[in-house]
Amino acid sequence: MTSDSMNLTPEQRAALDTVEKAATTPDVEQPWAALGMKADEYEAVRKILERRPTGSELAMYSVMWSEHCSYKSSKVHLRQFGEKTTEAMKEHLLVGIGENAGVVDIGQGWAVTFKVESHNHPSYVEPYQGAATGVGGIVRDIISMGARPVAVMDPLRFGALDHPDTHRVLPGIVAGVGGYGNCLGLPNIGGEVSFDPCYQGNPLVNALAVGTLRHEDIHLANARGNGNLVVLFGARTGGDGIGGASILASDTFTEGGPTKRPAVQVGDPFAEKVLIECCLDLFKADVVQGIQDLGAAGLSCAFSELASNGDGGMLVHLDRAPLRDSTLAPEEILMSESQERMMAVVTPEDLPGFLEITNRWDVEATVMGEVTDTGRLVVLWHGETIVDVPPRSVAHDGPVYERPYSRPEWLDARQADTPDRLPKPQTDDELKSLVVTMAGTPNLASRAWITNQYDKYVQGNTAQAMPDDAGVLRVDEESGLGVAIATDCNQRFAALDPYTGAQLALAEAYRNVGVAGGKPLAVTDCLNFGSPEDPAVMWQFAEAVRGLADGCQTLGIPVTGGNVSLYNQTGSTAIHPTPVVGVLGVLDDVARRTPSGWKSAGAQLFLLGTTRAEFAGSEWAWSQHEHLGGLPPQVDLAAEQALATVMVQASSDELVVAAHDLSDGGLAQALVESSLRHGVGATVSLEAACERDGVDAFTLLFAESAARAVVAVKPEAAQQFTEACQAQGVPVVALGSTGGETVAVEGRFELTLDELRVAHERTLPEALNA
Amino acid sequence: MRIGVVTFPGSLDDRDALRAVRIAGGTPVSLWHGDEDIKGVDAVVLPGGFSYGDYLRCGAIARFAPVMSEIIRLAGPPTQTSPGLPVLGICNGFQVLCESHLLPGALIRNEQQQFICRDQKLRIERTDTVWTNRYGKDDEIVVPLKNGEGGFAADQATLDMLEGEGRVVARYLDVNPNGSFRDIAGISNATGTVVGLMPHPEHATEAGYGPEAQAANSTGDGTDGLAFFTSALQGVLSA
Repeated sequence: MTSDSMNLTPEQRAALDTVEKAATTPDVEQPWAALGMKADEYEAVRKILERRPTGSELAMYSVMWSEHCSYKSSKVHLRQFGEKTTEAMKEHLLVGIGENAGVVDIGQGWAVTFKVESHNHPSYVEPYQGAATGVGGIVRDIISMGARPVAVMDPLRFGALDHPDTHRVLPGIVAGVGGYGNCLGLPNIGGEVSFDPCYQGNPLVNALAVGTLRHEDIHLANARGNGNLVVLFGARTGGDGIGGASILASDTFTEGGPTKRPAVQVGDPFAEKVLIECCLDLFKADVVQGIQDLGAAGLSCAFSELASNGDGGMLVHLDRAPLRDSTLAPEEILMSESQERMMAVVTPEDLPGFLEITNRWDVEATVMGEVTDTGRLVVLWHGETIVDVPPRSVAHDGPVYERPYSRPEWLDARQADTPDRLPKPQTDDELKSLVVTMAGTPNLASRAWITNQYDKYVQGNTAQAMPDDAGVLRVDEESGLGVAIATDCNQRFAALDPYTGAQLALAEAYRNVGVAGGKPLAVTDCLNFGSPEDPAVMWQFAEAVRGLADGCQTLGIPVTGGNVSLYNQTGSTAIHPTPVVGVLGVLDDVARRTPSGWKSAGAQLFLLGTTRAEFAGSEWAWSQHEHLGGLPPQVDLAAEQALATVMVQASSDELVVAAHDLSDGGLAQALVESSLRHGVGATVSLEAACERDGVDAFTLLFAESAARAVVAVKPEAAQQFTEACQAQGVPVVALGSTGGETVAVEGRFELTLDELRVAHERTLPEALNA
Repeated sequence: MRIGVVTFPGSLDDRDALRAVRIAGGTPVSLWHGDEDIKGVDAVVLPGGFSYGDYLRCGAIARFAPVMSEIIRLAGPPTQTSPGLPVLGICNGFQVLCESHLLPGALIRNEQQQFICRDQKLRIERTDTVWTNRYGKDDEIVVPLKNGEGGFAADQATLDMLEGEGRVVARYLDVNPNGSFRDIAGISNATGTVVGLMPHPEHATEAGYGPEAQAANSTGDGTDGLAFFTSALQGVLSA
């Protein structure tokens, strides 16, 4: 017995489950099932330890082996992202998959780290805090790479706009994303908002963060150096978020089941803002050897991952952890997902300098223990050993499942039910009113009600934000070097064919970056799916991963990190497969980016790409006919590459004044959005494009064929631009020109910008202010 | 010309204000909330953000920061001991100035109960302050506005006094974004040395990174806010 254990009363000591006690009481009933573990997983832990786990060890294994933390169902498929990354694709990759976030070289000594993660289940249970802590978590991943966070984006998906549950969760989720991000001083520069009944009862809240750093500032999560100190700093540990990863994120909601609110964390953005500045000062002073944020699985994750990524041993005194609630048991402290905490490995010599900086920021810092060479993670509680495990067995050697998967039987019928049978507009008047109607569907209407709640200006480096196709940030204030980022996914395409759907998500994000003038460099993904225990869902997942990995290989840009969110379903109904893809590109000078709206009259409009009668999964088929069937638009990644090449060069050469990718809602929607942006209209003629592609006006306006964009070109540069398209093999056809106060389709119809604006802007306020 | 920008824990637009001072041609100086020294600067900007988290009431804690004691002393009405230090409070800084009683009134939660970020049109109504002397009377400009608690409120007598003394520096045009009484976006003290403004001129000082919307007297490239900072250089020099 050490002097520490004198702090425990005899009763407390008797109640404490120690390693010593576990060895002598093998038959104690343990709550592994309540902690979300399966019987065989519990047996595996007993085998590793050659005894029953203590309560604290069980807590650690249960959270670290949860689906959320261990990727046990997805791992066998995710390997493709690494296997299909060629040496050439690693050219710009400084840190790849497996760390807190990937790091990409963008030149001039600068690097960018970015990653997208989900916080779906917490946001359903407690919309504001769930969404807020989703932002907080991904931002800490960025800090722990050594970077200054510089922006966030948020791909959000809700049930139908008129569904009561959407009204319950949407205002809170939007306020939570804004409340946290705004208080951190991070501009929100884009994302998506999509409405679909499949998300009723299971909204998707994905959050992407971007950070910038110099190459030499990269930090990694590992604990090296026998005798180095393990320091916990930031907020105190409380009783919130206990078991968030295992209980919330790795299970399905059941109707009428108990509410899981205590498992949702509570965020304090002020504490995180201070933590960001404190960490950046610590990095600048070079007093950190290794660093890890505390997110899912809290201290269990930080201890075991730092130890197993380093020299393999760690000895910590858990009773030193500063608590918000002094009655917490050691198991709860290990599982708590309290926010705004970080863990650093610091040499004893650097500790005074480290503490000087944390004191300056009024950040509490506690030396929890030290790195050892024992190969064991040992956790003491008032001197008694309550955990003694090989850290790799907790952090990396969790179960791996080869879940059965099979193509769902219903898919053939869905794919056979093509949109060909749907009634199409016959007259120009019908086309005209369809343009107005479509501009105001929940999925195409203005997002201003939501995005006006986000600060897009803070930090002063936002060159472009929503509603532009891609967010564009300046990284270097002298040279103008910067990045463009877009996230995309059309879940209806993925529902029709997950392989193609994932590639279309990749293609759209890639196109959005390219159209803005960014040279695509890297990919992050957030894979939102239903239950992996359903073979049909598992098949969707496997296909989407295969599609995405193949697509990245073809485009030559690597996946640098991301996140998998499974069990997104209510009862037995899964969401549509939703592989959200984020693409990051680089611009030598963001002053030469290309925005999506035209600012002045007289620019010549061109349509790039080929239009086919592709309506399966389109916004038209869904919003006008509630139809979802057929095969999604074809993917042509070579065409996407050619389009991006043309646009990156044309932006850099300043030939173009605006460009908008064609996706949801097709050409009609792009013309409406680009015209409304600055109140400058357009006059177009469809005949030449229709004739060339062999399609009618309706198809040209509303089909959602990929690899297309509408581009406004400076009149004097028109010839140079069309020649550049031809040189790359990009089909190009003149559409018309910008100007006027209408969107006019020659010989067919004309719509005033005022009537289009009303239609486009009223949908969300009318629905959400009610 | 040295202009200090205070960083409180939770300040967000401090680096942006420093940048704006530099673009305007001044020398930016970082000031720390915990210091009692303002390093001899000629003027001070209290930047936007959420000082100390703003959990109690916006600006209520920042007002008691050591650096604020010194700023309040120096910025008070000009006397033997107080030279009338020019201070511009932007957004959270405006809230701090009201909490400090350097300016009257208070900022309350937006009428629509939501944070709002938009390009806001303003009319500059007082041009003899240290911070607005480079504008023309009734110039219309566009600068970003972003706040959750930006509704300016005061009793009728105070509002009448501000109007009567010509101390309304800027007023919202077209849209009142937050329910401010009498559309007031910014006010000054009697001498025009201390100005509080809810919108963010520091985010409209660099072409390509400011608002896209235009107003009658807009610079055309989104830099309508720069004159707040060039005014200070001018105003302090001639004082």
